[in-house]
Amino acid sequence: MRAGIYGLKWVPKSYLYRRMNTTTNQVEVIISSVLDNLDLIQILTDSLTDFMSFDEDTAHWIGMSVRESVTNAIQHGNKLDVNKKVDICFEVQPDRISISVKDQGAGFCVDNIPSPLNADNLLKPSGRGIFYIRTFMDKVEFRSLSQGGMEVYMMKKLSPN
Amino acid sequence: MKIETRTVGDVKILDCNGRITLGEGTMVVRKTVLDLLKDNEKKIILNLAEVNYIDSSGIGELVSTYTTVTNSGGKLILLNLTKKIQELLAITKLLTVFHVFDDEQVALASF
Repeated sequence: MRAGIYGLKWVPKSYLYRRMNTTTNQVEVIISSVLDNLDLIQILTDSLTDFMSFDEDTAHWIGMSVRESVTNAIQHGNKLDVNKKVDICFEVQPDRISISVKDQGAGFCVDNIPSPLNADNLLKPSGRGIFYIRTFMDKVEFRSLSQGGMEVYMMKKLSPN
Repeated sequence: MKIETRTVGDVKILDCNGRITLGEGTMVVRKTVLDLLKDNEKKIILNLAEVNYIDSSGIGELVSTYTTVTNSGGKLILLNLTKKIQELLAITKLLTVFHVFDDEQVALASF
């Protein structure tokens, strides 16, 4: 178990987490639509899920879900336009992590996304990202933003020990 | 992502190491396989034991590579899937599409 500095002593991160978890804490990052930024978001996601003591597999799938969402926002939402931003907001609560990913694109209708499980789509090289997000997260919502763009909201609960 | 190519008989084994994600990782896989096909090397094994991360674009690249090799009259085998790659393929019903092995000798014998 990793430890962090609290006062002048090293203490377990679970202790630090219990100390802070009476409130909701947010971490918001706004990035340009550059794919190289995916690794920055990955590191941040992995740090938060590690801090919250998600098990290794769950942390991996949360990280992948966030990566897929941000990839979609950069590539399909903002069309790789470096002047358009992607806003990623992590909300850390005692029993869950919620992540919102907002782009500045034209938006899309989630109902029109074909299932990658259909026989006709099995061998298509793309179209699995949203399916994976829905598989690995406990709750996923797609919202059209009034100012334009899309928001993907996803949430994962901590398994009770 | 780094790929080292070994030759066993008339089979090319690609030992992949690193991440197969959108961008560099997927491009390296694609280019390596296309170069082999250009040289008329059509029996290919992708050894994924050391692939520590893959995203949906990486899975898509495996599908695309499989289709390209098959359409060229060749055969592509996936060797040593990690637990996470196996799970990603299983939930998208792709495990039954690929030729998958966890023993190199058995994979070689299957050509």
